[in-house]
Amino acid sequence: MTQATLSPGTATTGAKGHGGPDVRARRTARRKQTLHWIAVHALGIAAAAFFVLPFVFVLLTAVMSDNQALTRDLWPHHWQWSNFRTVWDTPGFLTWWRNTLVYAVAGTVLTVVSSLPVAYALAKFRFRGRNLVMVLVISTMMLPPQVVIIPMYLFWTKQMGMDGSLWPLIIPLAFGDAFTIFLLRQFLLTIPKEYTEAAKVDGCGELRTLLTVIVPMIKPALAAVALFQFFYCWNDYFGPQIYASSNPGAWTLSYGLESFKGAHHTNWNLTMAATVLVMAPVIVVFFFAQKAFIEGVTLTGVKG
Amino acid sequence: MTAAVHPLLKAKRRKSALRTLAFLSPWIIGFSVFFVYPLVSTVYFSFMKYNGINAPTWVGGKNWSYVFTDYPFFWPALRNTLWLVVVMVTLRVLFGLGIGLLITKIKTGAGFFRTAFYLPYLAPPVAATMAFVFLLNPGTGPVNHLLGDVGLPTPGWFTDPHWSKPALTMLAVWGIGDLMVIFMAALLDVPKEQYEAAELDGAGPWHRFRFVTLPNISPIVMFAVVTGVIQTMQYYTQPLVAGKVASGVIGNSGQQVEPGYPDKSTLTLPQLVYERGFQRFDYGSACVIALVLFVLSMAFTALLLRRNGFLSAED
Repeated sequence: MTQATLSPGTATTGAKGHGGPDVRARRTARRKQTLHWIAVHALGIAAAAFFVLPFVFVLLTAVMSDNQALTRDLWPHHWQWSNFRTVWDTPGFLTWWRNTLVYAVAGTVLTVVSSLPVAYALAKFRFRGRNLVMVLVISTMMLPPQVVIIPMYLFWTKQMGMDGSLWPLIIPLAFGDAFTIFLLRQFLLTIPKEYTEAAKVDGCGELRTLLTVIVPMIKPALAAVALFQFFYCWNDYFGPQIYASSNPGAWTLSYGLESFKGAHHTNWNLTMAATVLVMAPVIVVFFFAQKAFIEGVTLTGVKG
Repeated sequence: MTAAVHPLLKAKRRKSALRTLAFLSPWIIGFSVFFVYPLVSTVYFSFMKYNGINAPTWVGGKNWSYVFTDYPFFWPALRNTLWLVVVMVTLRVLFGLGIGLLITKIKTGAGFFRTAFYLPYLAPPVAATMAFVFLLNPGTGPVNHLLGDVGLPTPGWFTDPHWSKPALTMLAVWGIGDLMVIFMAALLDVPKEQYEAAELDGAGPWHRFRFVTLPNISPIVMFAVVTGVIQTMQYYTQPLVAGKVASGVIGNSGQQVEPGYPDKSTLTLPQLVYERGFQRFDYGSACVIALVLFVLSMAFTALLLRRNGFLSAED
């Protein structure tokens, strides 16, 4: 589908020259394509600079000396890699790291395990009130945690005595997460009924069908929702701020990072080194699971 | 009718109802305990004076009138939200669409570009915000160095009430990855024949975009706008951390920070729930603000549900 085949008009207007009108048209078309290629990629490089440069500046600052971080030189005079060591050895940093990992891993496992049967029922069972449940799931998905935080906080701290820990954030995830349910259901809808029906003919119960037939088929979707939940927990700031703030032993990286800045307020180099250490795991995980992740994001918006 | 149902069929129906209930049980428990109960409770507390220590006492509409008339942070927060909805959401959608279009046209190194465009979306919000406060630091940040070198004005960004929201907008536009991917998928779904037909009719690039691309992706644009509005009303971590870090007063350890630094310009509604509830221990007013947030979010969610066919299940 090149320009040449589509616009014979321009070809005939070409004067008799070298090679005839047809060759000439093809040449203009190719030149046009090259120009288009250059324009698109130049724009792409400009956009990439906007997206990547902040990371570069952060990284460069993270390896500067204390004094240089306050000057206008952007390139480190000498690469002070020990900044990462200094951050790593800061009292508490390792604890925040561990807490964040516990929160993210436990939260992810519980979320996926508890949401899958709900999503399956919403996608494959026919029952009265199914649409109502779906509306409620989507509604809770769209609500910020602040809406119910006062009673929840009073419940976890006054009734359950769990102030200063991350359990009030982990336990509710054992009872399904609206976003995960929604996403898994969207994916399950794309699986033809024949698969579940064939399993039923073979005498499989619904639970066995789900675990032995469906789960192997929806591995990419499971990977995507697991990643989303992992990142949500890893990045969560409000939750730890409410429940863990009274006990530094329960802080997470996102929450601790801010106090780190407070303790080193003129040392931008150390703060940026800490920032790099908080960003790094997320980026590493992303590189290993890029495909599943992008498929998952697509799923959030395609069903329209 | 029901009386005539065969007993065996009846037993089967009961069994299938129980099965449905079993599969739904995690959600039923979670929804009741972590949503319905606290929501009812929030309504109840919004009419109470309660500080968590003394028993709650009924005060009628006092918390409500306090929040709407006397609370100095409520209207600034709502005004900020309106500003962010108009500017930030618009720019994010336009930019997301632009980058989505760009990535579908890029032939060489598509993988590299896609990753580069997507990566900032993944940066943890606290870390990303701190990075931007550093980059846009008026005195020592690289952005103002560069702006100064080419003779452009060097604003105070996060320390200037007129520039703090534009700075937050830059941060939000930087993290456009989610919209880019959604738009990219939508753009690739537009039937090729329609472009070919338009081209045969002599439509230029703009006309092809206007009359082929846009009508095809308009549901996704709508989706991006409405979810953008909902997210913006709930905007919390970035403005809070930006205000705290830029003010130089870090309040993890109890130190009182003026909310919305500089000059209330970064206040948003969820921050008010925190300020009233967890700094002033005025749970009643905190619940009023939480309910305002609830009503606003629900209104836009209803819009989303009506426009999108989320509910169409297989039958």
